[in-house]
Amino acid sequence: MTARIIRVLIAKAGLDGHDRGAKVVARALRDAGMEVIYTGLHQTPEQVVAAATQEDADAIGLSVLSGAHRYLFSRIRELLKACGMDDVLLFGGGIIPREDVSFLQEIGVRGIFTPGATTGEIVDFVRREVGTRRRESL
Amino acid sequence: MSLAQRVLKGDARAAARLISMAEDGDPAARSEMESLYPHTGRSYIVGVTGPPGSGKSTLVDRLTERLRLERKKVGIIAVDPSSPFTGGAILADRIRMQRHGTDEGVFIRSMASRGQLGGLSYGTYDAVQVLDAFGCEIILLETVGVGQDEVDIVRTADSVLVLAVPGLGDSVQVLKAGILEIADILVVGKADLEGADQVERDLRGLQEIKGGEPQEWLLPVLKVEGLSGVGVAELLRAIEEHKEYMSRSREGEARKRQRLEAHLERLLAETLMGQALEILRRSGKWDDAVARLGRRECAPHKLVEELAGHVLSSPSSR
Repeated sequence: MTARIIRVLIAKAGLDGHDRGAKVVARALRDAGMEVIYTGLHQTPEQVVAAATQEDADAIGLSVLSGAHRYLFSRIRELLKACGMDDVLLFGGGIIPREDVSFLQEIGVRGIFTPGATTGEIVDFVRREVGTRRRESL
Repeated sequence: MSLAQRVLKGDARAAARLISMAEDGDPAARSEMESLYPHTGRSYIVGVTGPPGSGKSTLVDRLTERLRLERKKVGIIAVDPSSPFTGGAILADRIRMQRHGTDEGVFIRSMASRGQLGGLSYGTYDAVQVLDAFGCEIILLETVGVGQDEVDIVRTADSVLVLAVPGLGDSVQVLKAGILEIADILVVGKADLEGADQVERDLRGLQEIKGGEPQEWLLPVLKVEGLSGVGVAELLRAIEEHKEYMSRSREGEARKRQRLEAHLERLLAETLMGQALEILRRSGKWDDAVARLGRRECAPHKLVEELAGHVLSSPSSR
C-alpha cells in the first residue's frame, strides 16, 4: 500500500485513428506493474496536458502515425512548460522518419520508439527515466 | 505554500499530486490531509455503480454535461481494476469524458483499485476529500465494474445510483441480496436496447413485493439512454430529490453517522493491525504461531486468542 506506482498517460492526438500500437504499449506497461491512463483517440494537445495534470502522470507516451509528430510533440512540450510540468517525461512512437528523430530529441522528447522497437525496451526506458526523476515536491 | 493551501486556492496540479501521495501512502500526505479536513464536508457525493460495460462512464459524462450547464464545479473519480498479478492497470474511464478534460470546472481523476475488492480503492476516500476541499460542489464517484457484492460505495456516497442493463439475467436476479439493495436510485441504462422495458418492469416489481415497513423513500427506477442523453435531466432531478430527502430524514442522519463510523473503523483496523503484526513479529510469536498451526498443534481460533492476549499485554501497545 505504500509503494509508489508509476503512472503513465498513453495518448493519441489529432486526426489519427490507428491505436493498435498505443494499446500494445499500454498493455506492456500494465504488465510491468504500472498504471496506464489511456485517453482514447483524437485528443488535442490541450486535452493531453490537462489529463496529465489531473492524473498526476509521471510520463506521457504519445503515439503518432499521422505524420503530424513535429507539431504534436512540440505543442505538448510547450504546454507542459507553460504549466510548469517540465518534470513530466515525454516519449513517443509511431511512423517517424529518421530525419525527424533528432528534431524531436532536441525539443525534449526523451525516447522515440519506431517500428521494430520491443515492448521490453519501452518498459525499461520508462522505469529508468521515471526512476531518476523522482517527483520533486511542488 | 503547502500543497493543502494550494488545493484550497483551486490549484489543480496540487490537488492531483496530493491524491497520488495519499494513494501511495506517502507519509508527507498525512499532515496535508489533516489540514484539509476542516475544509471538507461541502461536496455532495454521488456514487455510480453497475456491471462492467453497463455505461457508468458515459452516464457520468452525461451528468457532468448537465451539471456544467448549471455552472456547478464537478469532481469525477473513476476507479478501474488493478491486475491481481502485476499490480498494473489500464485506466480508461476518461475516454468517455474527455470533452470535459479542458473545462476548468471539471476535475477528472482515474484510480486503480489496488487490491481492494469493494469496488473502490483505499485512496478513493482521500481523493474525495481532496476534491471536496478543492471546491467541487458535486463529486461523481464511479466504481469498478461490479458483480453482485461490491457495496463499499454506500459507505462513501450520499446518493448511490445502481445501473442495470438489458441482457444480464431474469427477474430472479433482482431478488438477490447485494448490489441492488444499496441503490437510492435505480437506473436502467442503454434504454434504447431491446429488453430495457423488461428490466424496468423487473426492478419495479421488486419494489412491489418488498415487505416490511412502508419506506419513506420510494426507490425510483429511471430509464436513461447514455448515447443520446435522453432521461439524464430526469435522473438529475431524482438525485436532487434524494439529496433533499437525505437532508431532512432520519435515514439521512443515520447514514451520515454510519459513514463516519465505517471510515473510522477502517482506519482503526488498519492501524491496530499494523501495530499488532509488528509486536508479534518482533517478539517471534508470529513465526512460532505459524509453525504451530502448520504442525496442527493448535487450532487457529485458539492461537488468535493467544496472539491477541500477547499484543494487548505488551508494554508497547499501551
